[in-house]
Amino acid sequence: MKYEIDEFGYYGEFGGAYIPELLYNNLHQLKAAYKEIATDETFIGTLNELLTDYVGRPSPLYYAKRLSEHYQTNIYLKREDLNHTGAHKINNTIGQIFLAQRMRKKRIIAETGAGQHGVATATVCALMGLECIVYMGATDIERQQPNVDRMQLLGARVVPVHSGSQTLKDATNEAIRDWIAHPDDTHYIIGSVVGPDPYPEIVTHFQSIIGKEIAIQLAEKTGNKNPTAIIACVGGGSNAIGAFHHFLSDEKVALYAVEGSGEGIYSGRTAATMVQGKPGIIHGSKTYLMQDGDGQITEPYCISAGLDYPGIGPLHAHLFREKRVHYMHATDDDALTAAYQLMKFEGIIPALESAHAFAALKKIKFLQTDTVVINLSGRGDKDLTTYVNNKQQ
Amino acid sequence: MNRIKELFNNKRRDILTIYFTAGFPTLNSTIEIIKELDNSEVDMIEIGIPFSDPMADGVIIQESNQAALKNGISIERLFLQLKDIRDVTHKPMVLMGYFNPIMQYGAEKFCSVARKCGVDGIIIPDLPLREYQAIYRPFFEANDLAICFLITPETTEERLRKIDEVNTGFIYLVTSPGVTGRQVQFGHAQTEALRKVQLLHLKNPVLAGFGISNNEGYKIVCKYVNGGIIGSGFISALNNGKQSISENIHQFIKSIKS
Ligand SMILES: Cc1ncc(COP(=O)(O)O)c(C=O)c1O
Repeated sequence: MKYEIDEFGYYGEFGGAYIPELLYNNLHQLKAAYKEIATDETFIGTLNELLTDYVGRPSPLYYAKRLSEHYQTNIYLKREDLNHTGAHKINNTIGQIFLAQRMRKKRIIAETGAGQHGVATATVCALMGLECIVYMGATDIERQQPNVDRMQLLGARVVPVHSGSQTLKDATNEAIRDWIAHPDDTHYIIGSVVGPDPYPEIVTHFQSIIGKEIAIQLAEKTGNKNPTAIIACVGGGSNAIGAFHHFLSDEKVALYAVEGSGEGIYSGRTAATMVQGKPGIIHGSKTYLMQDGDGQITEPYCISAGLDYPGIGPLHAHLFREKRVHYMHATDDDALTAAYQLMKFEGIIPALESAHAFAALKKIKFLQTDTVVINLSGRGDKDLTTYVNNKQQ
Repeated sequence: MNRIKELFNNKRRDILTIYFTAGFPTLNSTIEIIKELDNSEVDMIEIGIPFSDPMADGVIIQESNQAALKNGISIERLFLQLKDIRDVTHKPMVLMGYFNPIMQYGAEKFCSVARKCGVDGIIIPDLPLREYQAIYRPFFEANDLAICFLITPETTEERLRKIDEVNTGFIYLVTSPGVTGRQVQFGHAQTEALRKVQLLHLKNPVLAGFGISNNEGYKIVCKYVNGGIIGSGFISALNNGKQSISENIHQFIKSIKS
């Protein structure tokens, strides 16, 4: 299959497990556990029950009437913001916590940028009674304070990371170092479709429920399971892959992924990996990443902590090469404008990450008969300070 | 003959390897440190190529990497520094670096320029065994460069044998779980792990590293394997403010060998 992972953990030429030998056994064990549960009826039953009763799935597919009128097309919002904990991230953490249980791990670690993955991890750890440690860049702790409070209330220990640009990349390094030091009792719940094999495959699997639901819901509402287009924002790329995966082989469905370009793609303060990056190795995966001519990873910038990452998942790199997905970008200002517009027309405050997906609406010409699905990956409670401060300016 | 092979042909025990970060504390410290190490009881010199995101390293090496990058080091610069290094030392030299900078420089070119400088072996902690075999091996072989893989006490025997088959320099045994720069207490678990590896009688010599920073740790690992590698401990010692780098180096090596 063109977009499936191969036996060595690659999507085309991207992926693999470029990790120190110290993590070899862990990844090996994880892959085996994943293969076991992926087809285990009891596991699937338990997971589905929790997804329904605890997470609140299926998340609604909402016809955004006023936004549709404004853009002269038909816009549906996939409401991942209505999930428990307020983003798509919990689809992955709830699956991975069962993996941790199966491997008899007692200690859970995670990295987080916006704090949504950290909150989703702290939540499932509380649910299962497991110890939880979340690494978070000091910059992000400052700009996403409400999520720090939530993690701590849920019993997690939040460890500030002071290296590099003190954001998601550095938090990920620190989580990997922790795992190297605690290979036996610890499971690392990675938060996106990034990292060494088998993580991209596992996170893709747990997030692909988004697209499956879109197909069912759209068929019910319109009689056609395929939209004209799907738009999603990309940090590491998990909500985008989640929304796209079901439709990858239907080449008629146009797929748009929106990266954060910060102050502009040529400003030197950007996180638009597909524009500024080239292939290399980041966090154990061969993929596109932003780096200087010597192969040193450069520090990204984006107003949204969840998109402030210099890499992208290996499946995205492959989809980019294969030209299956259109990679776009939105600046901080574009995202803010789109967020205020969504608040005004639909009464929804989106996460800053998700706002980048809405910013694409201005840049793509849709027909009145088109059906467009936007993956509203999370809600904006954590971003209120940013929204309020920028509104005053 | 490759100098690593030559070394182990002549000496099987108490091999002392020192790791330091190229371009630290100053850009041109690389050569100065090699000169001092040449003039010491050190058997092999391991030069670290700085990387922005060294995921298997603790704070000391992270900081030396950051400082060296600020000083302007790069693979290109390092090779310029090493151009005439074989006029300075005949000790075996190993380069240790994460894969991304090497990949961007070009793995094939990296191997051929390393060889021209007189480098004998390469350690790339995040280059997987499979990819080495499938893609990169010919570049190393064409330039008579030894490849040195990492193993841990948890590496299964089956995998150890496979690594031993492919490995051509020495095997780098990480003594206990964790990144570089910790103070490992060599208790029962550690010595058992060392003994386990010793009893396998691998074809390649084995050097133990990660967490050895003093005479005591060094002596213990030397009882079981061919020698030890010291990195973070040495780097910390370089910056003992009151004395010159040269004095610090010789004092440190003496303390290890005492
Ligand atoms: C609401 C929301 N959307 C999107 C992202 C970006 O991650 P990904 O690209 O993996 O979906 C994050 C990450 O923190 C997030 O919190």
